[in-house]
Amino acid sequence: MTFLKVSDLKVEFQVDKKTITPIENISFEMNEGEILGMVGETGSGKSLTAHAIMGLSSLVGGKIGGSVQFGEQDLTKLSENEMQSVRGSQIAFIPQNPMTSLDPVYKVGDQIVEGLYKHTKISKRNAKQQVIELMGKLRIPKPDRVFQQYPHQLSGGLKQRIVIAMGLCNNPRLLIADEPTTALDVTVQAQIMTLFKELAEERGIGLFLITHDLGVIAQVCDKVVVMYAGNMVEFGDIKTVFNTPSHPYTKALLGCIPHIGMGKGTLSAIDGNVPSVGTYPSGCRYHPRCPSAFEPCKKSMPELIRKKGETQVACHLFQEIKD
Amino acid sequence: MIENKKTEHKPPWLVILKRFSSNKMGMIGTFLILCLILVAIFAPLLEPYSYKEQNIDLISSPPSSSHLLGTDDFGRDLLSRTIRGARISFVVGVLSVAISVIIGIVIGCIAGFYGGVVDLVLTTIADLTWSMPAILIALLFVAIIGAGLESVVIAIGLSYWAQYARLVRGQILSLKNAVFIEATRSMGASDFVILFKHLLPNSISPVIVAATIGIGNAIVLEATLGFLGMGAQPPTPSWGAMMSNGTAYLFIAPWMIIFPGLAMMITVLGFNLFGDALIDIMDVKNKESS
Repeated sequence: MTFLKVSDLKVEFQVDKKTITPIENISFEMNEGEILGMVGETGSGKSLTAHAIMGLSSLVGGKIGGSVQFGEQDLTKLSENEMQSVRGSQIAFIPQNPMTSLDPVYKVGDQIVEGLYKHTKISKRNAKQQVIELMGKLRIPKPDRVFQQYPHQLSGGLKQRIVIAMGLCNNPRLLIADEPTTALDVTVQAQIMTLFKELAEERGIGLFLITHDLGVIAQVCDKVVVMYAGNMVEFGDIKTVFNTPSHPYTKALLGCIPHIGMGKGTLSAIDGNVPSVGTYPSGCRYHPRCPSAFEPCKKSMPELIRKKGETQVACHLFQEIKD
Repeated sequence: MIENKKTEHKPPWLVILKRFSSNKMGMIGTFLILCLILVAIFAPLLEPYSYKEQNIDLISSPPSSSHLLGTDDFGRDLLSRTIRGARISFVVGVLSVAISVIIGIVIGCIAGFYGGVVDLVLTTIADLTWSMPAILIALLFVAIIGAGLESVVIAIGLSYWAQYARLVRGQILSLKNAVFIEATRSMGASDFVILFKHLLPNSISPVIVAATIGIGNAIVLEATLGFLGMGAQPPTPSWGAMMSNGTAYLFIAPWMIIFPGLAMMITVLGFNLFGDALIDIMDVKNKESS
């Protein structure tokens, strides 16, 4: 049975009578207990993909195309009411910034309990007990005291753990974390990542991790999706993609990471900027910045091509070989 | 790890109370409002005479030891009537503002949360109401439902809701895309829960402040309607009606207009001072700095 299979996912918005498509051509799959990383520059559509999977983008006027097969159900076919019972119970979401992800007027414990109540029939005392237990498991010091505190009294790392506890309280099968560590400093980052890894291994939770930190991806992920300007350009298991990147963008992205011992000098960067939604170039969206671009790149959008194993890549360079 | 150790075990209301007590103007306002409430509650015990008892021998008599504030044109004790008037003013002020706030919150929430056409229609209605002087709207409603205390409460309630609706709408608009709302939604919360359990409590503090000052305005509007003869009907003593009555005797018995006027001024001052102090204190963003 498929755990999560996303095929041809796209989101359309109507802006001033024009249709814009911030994300399209996204197809990947993941298994239970796996950690899938999604990497890409700011504005490449990572968060929107996560929102589309959760069905959250339809609430702000986006039209979701393609399919999101989760277990036996296609999430894109569910109604908003059905989706509400999936959200938080089967799929949990950890938003981008832990500093602002908690409601400032409620005690943090009560916020976790609220999420628990929504999906689980449980008495008040048991709920509190269970939440405190979970907080302990997430290594929150003095959980019974933190339970009674307001978000502004907690540090960033603690807030992030609270948000994770909110996500985990109903034992979801899939956890989507949108840049969970971007707002945190490096030491806390490492702790949170270790925590995620343990969760995936011990509870068999599938983890969908959005980040722009390639280091994080390399450290914890099993698979990686590389996004560029709303398109998926490459997907595959972490070793293949990192050791033998196919897409020129992936290569360039990996080339930007400085290594210790590489000597002083200019850091390499990809020339140009990510085009913003609505100003995408014709053909392959990467071609104006691509060193190996050739004629077809300007004309047509490359299709996703399956390479060896699960690896998929969207680039005309490989289309040629196939033909 | 745990910041702000000092306030750790203090409930938020205690922090607010502590800060409030150091605000002099706020304390004066609180004192005035408390006086009004006490006078309103214990009016029957405080009145030296009955508010409707007429004394033909003492028509329009100036303040004296037996009638501290003098008497009116029917020989009724002005002190007793002013005391009884506090009850009317307070009840009208609080009830009408409650009506305004409830209407304002519901309309503001819906407009801010759902946006689009709903927002456009509701905001336009609110703007239209807002652009008309409250006294005109109130007069219109009183004309429709008839004079009397209940209709004054309803009329004032229906006149002032627009400001609360706009306030709430603005708050909801700025909050509805907050990350914590996204987080709540991703937990599977319904619109209703998001709107009334998360957005509203986060938007309520400016509404409380506006409502406090609004009570003062409502009391003035009640007096205005009373002055125009549209408010509480005689012999119910409303400050506005008492002043209206006094205009005929402005030069022979000025106390008839001075004392109810002073009572109203002090009351409104109390609510305004209290409201101003609340603005400084209820600011959620400053909560951490105490």
